[in-house]
Amino acid sequence: MRMLFAFIAGSLFGIGLHLSGMTDTAKVQGFLDIFGNWDPTLAFVMGGAIVPMSLAWRLAQRRAEPLAGGRFPAPPTPRLDRRLVTGSVMFGMGWGLAGLCPGPAIAALSYGGAPLVVFVLAMLAGMWLAPRARSYLDSTVPAE
Amino acid sequence: MEIDWIWGLLGGLLIGSGGAVYLLANGRIMGASGIIGGLVDGSGHATGGERLSFLAGVVTLPFLLTLMFGAVATHITGNLAVLVIAGLLVGIGTRLANGCTSGHGVCGISRLSLRGLVATCIYIAAGVFTVVLFRHLLGIV
Repeated sequence: MRMLFAFIAGSLFGIGLHLSGMTDTAKVQGFLDIFGNWDPTLAFVMGGAIVPMSLAWRLAQRRAEPLAGGRFPAPPTPRLDRRLVTGSVMFGMGWGLAGLCPGPAIAALSYGGAPLVVFVLAMLAGMWLAPRARSYLDSTVPAE
Repeated sequence: MEIDWIWGLLGGLLIGSGGAVYLLANGRIMGASGIIGGLVDGSGHATGGERLSFLAGVVTLPFLLTLMFGAVATHITGNLAVLVIAGLLVGIGTRLANGCTSGHGVCGISRLSLRGLVATCIYIAAGVFTVVLFRHLLGIV
């Protein structure tokens, strides 16, 4: 059951990414290029996605447990740390360079050709290296 | 071109609906980098089945849509160095920050998470800086 729900969620996510134009790197870079011919589409995608998601969080608060069992995620921590800041800076730079973030990269995998495959392989390598980067980052600062 | 925002809004609603299903049915936060990253570094081994099912949906449905309605241009660069460096940055960065556009941006902001909001502001600012630098000043992307 969990796998079926996961497939449905992934399908909606994939259709949404595809239809919204977010698998088009030109539209993403067009949003980030505030000094060029600015493309506001990404803001509509974000805004549109936040609406059903906000409702879902509200619904989740009123339910004891998820439909397929288990637990709802713990409330978010307000902790801002070095990892969050460093990671987001690195992610933003890569996002700007290629115009791709992880979701759209996977959604476009079937039709993006060799460049898409190269990007995804490099991204997977980066994710594999991340635990090492995490310990390096933690070792360079005194424990809090 | 003028109706792009309508497709954006419609696509966004579908993305958010996917996140809603993942949360209400499975109790999970729909973050693409977390779902993939957990498979890559082994931290999500126990939940591998639902992670793979989710990703199967993400790959398959756009593929079916291109079969029915024709392919969509990705306009992705052919510059190998840019692709590799960008991929590495996205991979390491999203895992360090524990989230990307879907996890921090969509799921985080919609539950008023401070971390999600801060991360989103930082990666958009970094993205703007990078595009302006590499497009207008260096002319690479």
